[in-house]
Amino acid sequence: MASNKKYWKSVEELDTNSVVETLQQSEFVEEIPVGDFLGDKETLEDSSTTRRDFLKYVGFSTAAASLAACEGPVIKSIPYVVQPEQIRPGVADYYATTIANGFDFASVLVKTREGRPIKIEPNKLASSNGGTTARVQASVLSLYDNMRLKQPVANNEFVYWSDLDKAVTGKLAELNTSGKEVVLLTQTFASPSTTRLISEFKAKYSNVRHVVYDAISESAALDAFQEKYGERGLADYNLENADLIVSVGADFLGDWQGGGYEGSYAKGRVPKDGKMSRHVQFESNMSLSGANADLRVSLTPSEQKVALAKLYGYVTGSSVGGKLPKAVEAAVKKIAAELKKAGSRAVVLTGIQDKGAQTVCLAINEALASKAFNTATPVKLRQGSDAAMNQLVADVKSGKIGAVIMSGVNPVYTLADGEAFGEALKKIELTVSFTEREDETSGYVKYLGAAPHYLESWGDVEFKKGHYSLIQPTIKPLFDTRQFQDSLLKWMGSDDSYYTYIKSTWSTGFLGGSSWNKALHDGVLVAPVVAVEAQEGDAVAAEEAPIANVGATVAKLAKATAKGMELSLYVKTGMGDGQMANNPWLQEFPDPLTRATWDNYLTMSQVDADRLGLSLAQSTFFTEARHDANGGLNGTYANITVNGVTLKVPVMIQPGQAVGSVGMAFGYGRKLGLKTEMQTGVSAYKLYANADTTQDIKIEVTEGIHEFACLQLHNTLMGRGDIVKDTTLEVFNTTDAKHWNPKPMVSKDHKMIPASDPGADLWTSFDRSIGHHFNLSIDLNSCTGCGACVVACHAENNVPVVGKSEVRRSRDMHWLRIDRYYSSQDSFIDDVEKKDNIAGLGSSLSEFAELENPAANPQVVFQPVMCQHCNHASCETVCPVAATSHGRQGQNQMAYNRCVGTRYCANNCAYKVRRFNWFLYNDNDEFDFNMNDDLGKMVLNPDVVVRSRGVMEKCSMCIQMTQKTILDAKREGRPIKDGEFQTACSNACETGAMKFGDINDHDSEVFRMKNDNRAYHLLEHIGTEPNVVYQTKVRNSNEA
Amino acid sequence: MGSHYEAPIRTPLVTGNKSYHDVSVDVARPVEGRANKHWWIVFSISLAAFLWGVGCIIYTISTGIGTWGLNKTVGWSWDITNFVWWVGIGHAGTLISAVLLLFRQKWRMGINRSAEAMTIFAVVQAGLFPLIHMGRPWLGYWVLPIPNQFGSLWVNFNSPLLWDVFAISTYLSVSLVFWWTGLLPDFAMLRDRAVKPFQKKIYSLVSFGWSGRAKDWQRFEEVSLVLAGLATPLVLSVHTIVSFDFATSIIPGWHTTIFPPYFVAGAVFSGFAMVNTLLIIMRKVCNFEDYITMQHIELMNLVIMITGSIVGVAYITELFMAWYSGVEYEQYAFLNRATGPYAWAYWSMMTCNVFSPQFMWIKKLRRSILFSFIISIVVNIGMWFERFVIIVTSLHRDYLPSSWTMFSPTFVDIGIFIGTIGFFFVLFLLYARTFPVIAQAEIKSILKSSGDKYKKTSESHE
Repeated sequence: MASNKKYWKSVEELDTNSVVETLQQSEFVEEIPVGDFLGDKETLEDSSTTRRDFLKYVGFSTAAASLAACEGPVIKSIPYVVQPEQIRPGVADYYATTIANGFDFASVLVKTREGRPIKIEPNKLASSNGGTTARVQASVLSLYDNMRLKQPVANNEFVYWSDLDKAVTGKLAELNTSGKEVVLLTQTFASPSTTRLISEFKAKYSNVRHVVYDAISESAALDAFQEKYGERGLADYNLENADLIVSVGADFLGDWQGGGYEGSYAKGRVPKDGKMSRHVQFESNMSLSGANADLRVSLTPSEQKVALAKLYGYVTGSSVGGKLPKAVEAAVKKIAAELKKAGSRAVVLTGIQDKGAQTVCLAINEALASKAFNTATPVKLRQGSDAAMNQLVADVKSGKIGAVIMSGVNPVYTLADGEAFGEALKKIELTVSFTEREDETSGYVKYLGAAPHYLESWGDVEFKKGHYSLIQPTIKPLFDTRQFQDSLLKWMGSDDSYYTYIKSTWSTGFLGGSSWNKALHDGVLVAPVVAVEAQEGDAVAAEEAPIANVGATVAKLAKATAKGMELSLYVKTGMGDGQMANNPWLQEFPDPLTRATWDNYLTMSQVDADRLGLSLAQSTFFTEARHDANGGLNGTYANITVNGVTLKVPVMIQPGQAVGSVGMAFGYGRKLGLKTEMQTGVSAYKLYANADTTQDIKIEVTEGIHEFACLQLHNTLMGRGDIVKDTTLEVFNTTDAKHWNPKPMVSKDHKMIPASDPGADLWTSFDRSIGHHFNLSIDLNSCTGCGACVVACHAENNVPVVGKSEVRRSRDMHWLRIDRYYSSQDSFIDDVEKKDNIAGLGSSLSEFAELENPAANPQVVFQPVMCQHCNHASCETVCPVAATSHGRQGQNQMAYNRCVGTRYCANNCAYKVRRFNWFLYNDNDEFDFNMNDDLGKMVLNPDVVVRSRGVMEKCSMCIQMTQKTILDAKREGRPIKDGEFQTACSNACETGAMKFGDINDHDSEVFRMKNDNRAYHLLEHIGTEPNVVYQTKVRNSNEA
Repeated sequence: MGSHYEAPIRTPLVTGNKSYHDVSVDVARPVEGRANKHWWIVFSISLAAFLWGVGCIIYTISTGIGTWGLNKTVGWSWDITNFVWWVGIGHAGTLISAVLLLFRQKWRMGINRSAEAMTIFAVVQAGLFPLIHMGRPWLGYWVLPIPNQFGSLWVNFNSPLLWDVFAISTYLSVSLVFWWTGLLPDFAMLRDRAVKPFQKKIYSLVSFGWSGRAKDWQRFEEVSLVLAGLATPLVLSVHTIVSFDFATSIIPGWHTTIFPPYFVAGAVFSGFAMVNTLLIIMRKVCNFEDYITMQHIELMNLVIMITGSIVGVAYITELFMAWYSGVEYEQYAFLNRATGPYAWAYWSMMTCNVFSPQFMWIKKLRRSILFSFIISIVVNIGMWFERFVIIVTSLHRDYLPSSWTMFSPTFVDIGIFIGTIGFFFVLFLLYARTFPVIAQAEIKSILKSSGDKYKKTSESHE
């Protein structure tokens, strides 16, 4: 219906003949006197504007207009059309969720900004697995990976989900009638809902087999535990309850049995009331755990078996044969005595991939009645069964199987003979793989289900019995992805979403009386343990016969011998099982021990390298051998042969590596679904025959020089005892702090005063007693060197990734690094003594040269170093433009906008923590990592500026976080509680080694730490007065 | 000026029986004549090197400092080495013209013009480095204390780098004024001789209307004296301040109170060596053997020998102080310098700077043109290494062993250095063809007392 309503703005307008109408008709209110002006010749000629002037004005205006048009690039920003209710621009929201990718399991908090997840933080409410490792921290970047699968694929072509569903359900129905088996080959989900879902799927299709497969198998431990305790799981350890921790080849601070032990370990490692736990490690490769041990015995993998058997013998009082080198034998005997003495306050862990060894280990802990050992709440994070997998491989090859549906696994890459398995897969009627990105397996399957990242998914996890955790999406799926469970529901003909399915599992199951919303908010739930739960994956008959007699097993272990060199495959802290290989943060994450980035390699002892001709001589002016002229580390190549498979791998000399053994890390050597730069290293899975991490190996020299990219090129401390202060528990307990933590003194007016005394200082200090004054305390006792803080710092502060060749040139951009030092003598204390005893020129020449080389089995220390935020900062005085200056709250601040890039500050920094932007690292395709595409840039923290080329950058003590805390408290009108102030690193630190806070709050933890008698400042004698304080490392050399 | 009598036993400073007119003709010859083939060859090579350097600088500025070999531990290397080296070379000019003027050393007159030219051209090269070594050189003007609208941001007066800016710019301006003042009567001489109108025009412009009146001469003498007085402290201050870049820092091997005198001595040392290099060639090419005599070369060799020895004492003092201080970081820094991975650089420095000038004790050697020339080159190589050693070996292994690394230059580092050498020679060669390269007015003032013609005449009268 046409409307004849009339709209008007004023009464005058309503009135038809008003002035308004007249005005509307004419463009200008008054008539422009053009005619008058141009008509009057006299005026025109009087005008002082000549033709030349006119042209000048025209020229000027044209130039000005075109100059004004030259503005910066247009930035497109799209405002919210509909403002979401919960999202306030500039304010972060946190969601609790869980990462469970089959290898990494952790309950986490996700920080989202404007709907984008940008950071992973530990979930402090979690009673178990609430810590974040470096990989978990980095996992957020994998969400914004441009190489992700963006929609499902059928026969190498993108299709719609509906097409895929139609094809799959049709085939499944067909197979259901033909009776051919359908196999679900999945990662360990440890998910009650998925387990229930699969059992329902089995009910729907009668011929389903569920095989759980872990890329890095813990099958031996699972089998041993299952046999002994009737439930498939792993023993749980609470290392806080142990005074003596003896590990035989178990890297429990790494990824042993799913990880997550560093928190309870660290609690016992800080001396309290004169006591701390003692940690003894028997191992072949130098692992994180070995590096943290009070006593590390290096021995080959086969000797580990003998040692474990002997430990059992000594503890239980039975006699066990077997031969060990004399020193090892003595150590085993001594440790066994300690074990017996410590009794139930001791625990033994083993990482030997052998069911017998695992059984013996369980038996030892039973015999000790260890308080740290818990079988009531078994850990569920690994469920894979080698027997089931072997059976499946055989069945697939024989063509018995009708369909293989995979989720979260990449068997073609992770199986030793993966390609053969892949070829067999090709012949299967229906093959589907749910994967986040194209991988080695995807070439061999008919359908690829584009799987969402965990931050886009629903799910649940049972870390250990009764300890539940929820996965909730924190962003709408970026691509047309659908998770495995939703697909199963669809294929079962259910209209439920997986979300409602989980909800029903929880409310009918363990949720009990508590609220779903609370569980979702907290992310975790601890429910009373009911009974033996449904097992994930189908039960299979074990390949080995059940162990009836531990004695016989022990005797068998004691006979273990090696044929020659032994290879011990291990998991690298940064790369894990390799599924996050396309993550540049992890590629550039330095290995805590070798400090190499972008690589894996064969770790070898110096002795073996010399014997096999794989060691490079020290470089001199005339030759470049071990190091290039720019310092870059070089390595030789070796051809290694294991079970007929030959690989060419670079050799890295690893102090502490047991002579007769070599190590190699999983997770590298991937090509598919990875950017070119990320295709690094060699795949160790090819050597992983029978899912055994220990293999006999033949090593031959081959030609070529490998270029490593290490963050640290000098390995020893050169006897500089004031950098890492180090003492023994005995000295610590019995002597005064001045003996083991001496304060540097200087002479003033012939009197000795502390270097930190104001009298020794030329500076006029500000009054720092008002407001906040931030300090960071780093406890060298509880720092395990895991590196979670390193990646957390990357994520929080938009630290750029620079790539392998730049790291090799010593141009990494890490704001926070963890220095790792090896002792040159048996201990760091001996190093200092050796240096102090140097007298005369000859002795300095030879002995300093000796101090440059690490010992064969050195002590190790980790020291996180970031900007020390010196109150009297040497960088601040030298900047010509005052781009770096001191903050009111103790921070040494960097005004990037003001920096002209003279690098004088970096040169004059005693701690070498400043990082220069040598190139433009963002929006530059030369650095094809994540800052050059729109998707990858979504991970950037909007609170921290992205630095441009030519400016200096460094740790800011996360000033954006402390300011947020201050402003929140101010708005709420309350004082700030201790512990509220955090930095990215202190927040990520699971062991509590990093404590951050306000020292003007005298009740704060950090104030206490600052005044602790273990506290010292790095290079205190220079007088820089840092705001970062370290706690002297105490080693428990006491026998328990 | 000065006395008009000099003992006949003193070596004449002008040989070849020169009359006043001869001096004018000799000095004007390179300007009025045509360039020979050798000039063009050397000029082309220099220009090519210069353009190559320009290319490298453009590459650096457009891509980033990452094109150099620097890293997180070694933040300065060839850039600041070259800077200090060129500033050092730029020292001889002022020393010769100002200090020797005050001390009434007449032998300076044959060489001061070119020494000053060298100074200015060297300081131009030096000034380039603080600018291009910046990560964002387009913001280089921020180091100047100029009123601004950045929230009235001021420079940091604590920073030695800022003092450098003042020191270098003061030095450059004073040297330039001093040089030009001395040039006025000589330009006027060229103007008066010029026959081509264009040349006449140019030389009359640059001679600022010099008329040769007594008043002109009087003012000229006064200004020269005043400027000499002003410039003398600069001889000491410039390199003292450059040394503060290192001396005020906290890095072992940099943090040394001996640096100011040691740097000044080193600068004079390298400056004289460069003057020797240039003048030995120039006296040959331009037939100035009568003005830059063996006597001049010998005297300069003596200065080189003395300053070289001072530098040597400084090196040894550094070693002694490192040991005597009892500071382990200091001790290691020097141990590493002499025996570490950069020992080759240290011993090159020692050989070139400390040992090689000692040959000058031998009269025969210091009066040998070829030997002087070789030593002058060797000394400049040595002085380049001195700065390299100080900068790189101190930085590459400082306090925390975890950060220790090495430095290796890229083609860009090398290209820029070669480019500045090219630029320097381009300027110097152009100068040699257009400027009066010998201070002829001053030479004429001593011709009667120190010229051999007049010496012989007065002898014959006795």
